[in-house]
Amino acid sequence: MHSGGVSVSAGAGGHGHARLQHHFDDLEQQREASTLGMWVFLCTEILFFGGLFTTYVIYRQRFHGVFAQASRDLNVVWGGTNTAVLICSSLTMALAIWSAQINRRKLIVMFLLITMAFGLTFLGIKTVEYKEKFEHHLVPGPHFHYVCPPGEPCHPEQAEIFFSLYFCMTGLHALHMIVGVGLLSYLLLPSWQGRYTSEWHNPLECIGLYWHFVDIVWIFLFPLLYLIGAH
Amino acid sequence: MAEHASAAHTPSRKPYFLTCAFLLVMTLITYVVAKFDLGPLNDIVALGIAVLKATAVVLFFMHVRHSSKLTKLTVVSGFLWLAFMIFITLSDYWTRGWLDTFASGR
Repeated sequence: MHSGGVSVSAGAGGHGHARLQHHFDDLEQQREASTLGMWVFLCTEILFFGGLFTTYVIYRQRFHGVFAQASRDLNVVWGGTNTAVLICSSLTMALAIWSAQINRRKLIVMFLLITMAFGLTFLGIKTVEYKEKFEHHLVPGPHFHYVCPPGEPCHPEQAEIFFSLYFCMTGLHALHMIVGVGLLSYLLLPSWQGRYTSEWHNPLECIGLYWHFVDIVWIFLFPLLYLIGAH
Repeated sequence: MAEHASAAHTPSRKPYFLTCAFLLVMTLITYVVAKFDLGPLNDIVALGIAVLKATAVVLFFMHVRHSSKLTKLTVVSGFLWLAFMIFITLSDYWTRGWLDTFASGR
């Protein structure tokens, strides 16, 4: 079973460690269990977002041209910037865990703060984008008003479906980002107090997994929403 | 395993920076490719690059390449079930028109 294992301490294997729960043999087994548990949770998240992705695929098949047309109303520069911001935030998250592995508590706090700053930058850009959509009447509902590009097939009701999916998918993603920033802030104090060491830093690892998962969702959202009409 | 024993002493940052660089370059490539009209290939290339990027995140940032077999199995099954959901649903939508064709005897 013990095929992973960053934090196997020399000799004792973490026996008698303050963070070892009584129902585990050693810290390695405990780490293994928490990682597995986190991944099981992430599997439910895959299916949670998966429902929306499946809906997207079906409507994209059916309204292929109009989806590409409506996609041009999204700002590729903002979307691309946000992709880069999230990728960088994943790097700093991984570096926060690396800092725990080398027992540098201040470095952990620094990288967590940078990761949170990237997360908030993402949400800020998202806010600017949403505001633009409200101003241009592209939010589905009674005030939705889609101006078709001249000389092209005009199906505002299909474009409205595209924007419904845009807001559902990016909205659910943004909600996950907000939760993620909250979880990171919860790690700050224990990190500062030196609770996370090379021997034990399961909370950092698990919340890191969550953060990277949210990044993966955006990696798919960016091409599916922003890039389908670029040519 | 052997790699891991040494990594426990001086964990390397290098794979993280390389993964980050790979992801940024891939983002640029997917943006540039989308500018050209390749017909149906556009969607395939965009999704292919997204899958590559997601795989890099899972293996390196999420440490799955060093995880236990049980964790790896869990990860794969999660994405596999998503694939089932999408493909089985699509097989329904794709073949709905066929019923009418059969009914009209053509």
